[in-house]
Amino acid sequence: MKHNGVWILAEQNGGIVQRISHELITRGRKLADKLGCDLTAMILGSQIGNDGLQGLLDRGADRVIAMQAPQLEFFLIEPYAKCMMKLLEDYRPEILIAGATTTGRTLLPYVAVKVHTGLTADCTVLDIEDETGNLLQTRPAIGGNILATIKTPNHRPQMATVRPRSTQPATVIEQNRAGEIIRLDAPPELLTSKIKRTGFTPLEDSHNIEDADVVVAVGRGIKKADNLPVVQKLADSLDAALGASRDVIDRGWMSYPHQIGLSGKTVTPKLYVGVGVSGAIQHLAGMQTAENIVVINNDPDAQLFRVADIGIVGDLFEIVPVLTQKINERKKP
Amino acid sequence: MRIIVPIKQVPETSAVRMDEKTGTMIRDGVEAIVNPLDLYAIEAALLLKASQPEGQCEVIAVSMGPPKAQSAIREAMSMGFDSGVLLSDKKFAGADTWATSYVLAAAIKKLGDVDLIICGERATDGDTGQVGPGIAAWLDLPVGSYVGKIDGLTDGRINVQRLLEDGHEGLEVQLPAVLTVVKEVADPRLPTLRGKQRARKAELTTWNADDLNLPDENLGLNGSPTRVVKIFRPSVTRECEKLIATDDQSINTAADRVLEFLQERELV
Repeated sequence: MKHNGVWILAEQNGGIVQRISHELITRGRKLADKLGCDLTAMILGSQIGNDGLQGLLDRGADRVIAMQAPQLEFFLIEPYAKCMMKLLEDYRPEILIAGATTTGRTLLPYVAVKVHTGLTADCTVLDIEDETGNLLQTRPAIGGNILATIKTPNHRPQMATVRPRSTQPATVIEQNRAGEIIRLDAPPELLTSKIKRTGFTPLEDSHNIEDADVVVAVGRGIKKADNLPVVQKLADSLDAALGASRDVIDRGWMSYPHQIGLSGKTVTPKLYVGVGVSGAIQHLAGMQTAENIVVINNDPDAQLFRVADIGIVGDLFEIVPVLTQKINERKKP
Repeated sequence: MRIIVPIKQVPETSAVRMDEKTGTMIRDGVEAIVNPLDLYAIEAALLLKASQPEGQCEVIAVSMGPPKAQSAIREAMSMGFDSGVLLSDKKFAGADTWATSYVLAAAIKKLGDVDLIICGERATDGDTGQVGPGIAAWLDLPVGSYVGKIDGLTDGRINVQRLLEDGHEGLEVQLPAVLTVVKEVADPRLPTLRGKQRARKAELTTWNADDLNLPDENLGLNGSPTRVVKIFRPSVTRECEKLIATDDQSINTAADRVLEFLQERELV
């Protein structure tokens, strides 16, 4: 049987289909259209709600294959890998794309070795090569200084992971869009695991700046710690993590895990917003690879404007609340 | 018990040149260090060793790389590792993560009697994080990834906390197993002077493809399912659109324009 079709690995949590699944549909739909083939969403879990599965069809999948068992409620490498391999063997997709989540980045490299195929991590661009139909996978290499395009010419399926929030989630094309939902009970012999999940403790601060897709950074222009809520509200409106320049950390206005720069963390979000940050080289080293950069500063000569896409010169205490309000208004349906 | 830590020598700086033809890195002339994220795996292994009765736990570093990668193994030994194996052969060159994990797994198999393999989360040069789970697949072992804390080791099981997107997940893992660890797991120690002296004098084992009895077709660039098609510099030409906001009206206009920008770029 020939390998055929584009697949995505949809993810669920507590039976609810996760956002990454819809982002992957955006990616997968484009590839399937270019190849002229079907898009299939596979999902592993226990008691996955029908709305979620229909939602995958509504957003552009042609088929959903859900393999279920109580043992698949949470990600465990062995049962997940075996069930995925079973589906890959039975259906033989040509391409399989997963999110570069903690699940995707564990499961795919394990399965890629088992099925003897290539895998490219953290792709930012996926495309199809015109002459061959091969998947072209572009990813940043060596600290983001260089982009590399990679393909897997002779092995199938071609596998890739893509960074979460590196694309918009697919929106509903049509309610109750036609398509096939295949629910399968996972074969019991695939469900043994040498790992047992013993518990889960949610993170208190869910906004880690390194993983965040939107980072709002605050600099000395904020003047004192009491003023931080002004910028925090902007961060909230963008669903962003709050970072800071070294000046702010050294003054004790925020804690070290928030520091962006050479002596702090490096961030490569989709959007970076610098508020009252001058843009010392040490700070630039930690953020200039952000995809989009917005700057608000009262000094028109601030270094940060040089790496920015768009910037406002003016008083942050006047500008930020207005901008926050506009973003919040735009978000209302 | 026996713990193995696969480590990688990586270029010190991010100023690395690429071979335009093969799309692989040119490592010559750049100072090489132990992958910083591997230091956490090394430290986690040393802490486990210290938690076991004296003489009951052996920690071994393995590294695939050119002959000069032996300095990475010596560094692990200067921190307290018992021994190390360098996997070096021209045939290994240009390996992707499939072919790399293949060789590392073969060496681990040859060492034998392994209870635990601890890997860093990823290497700072290749940045894939795929080799750890790949080794687990080759050896048919369970893998606990993104481990931020090791709670304890008893009765052939290890209890760990994985750092997930939204919290810490507790796992009880039956040994033998593979773990990949993140920074939170431990604070790497510095090599001691005595350790350095010991490491300098130590005899290292070096294995090539024949020692591991590996067929050529699975090695290096030849054995790698992936191919680099091209490499290029990202275009970072940013011309800042500067908006001057001095009064209510210009602030309003500027904020509208920024919102429009965010919408154009699909950021809100």
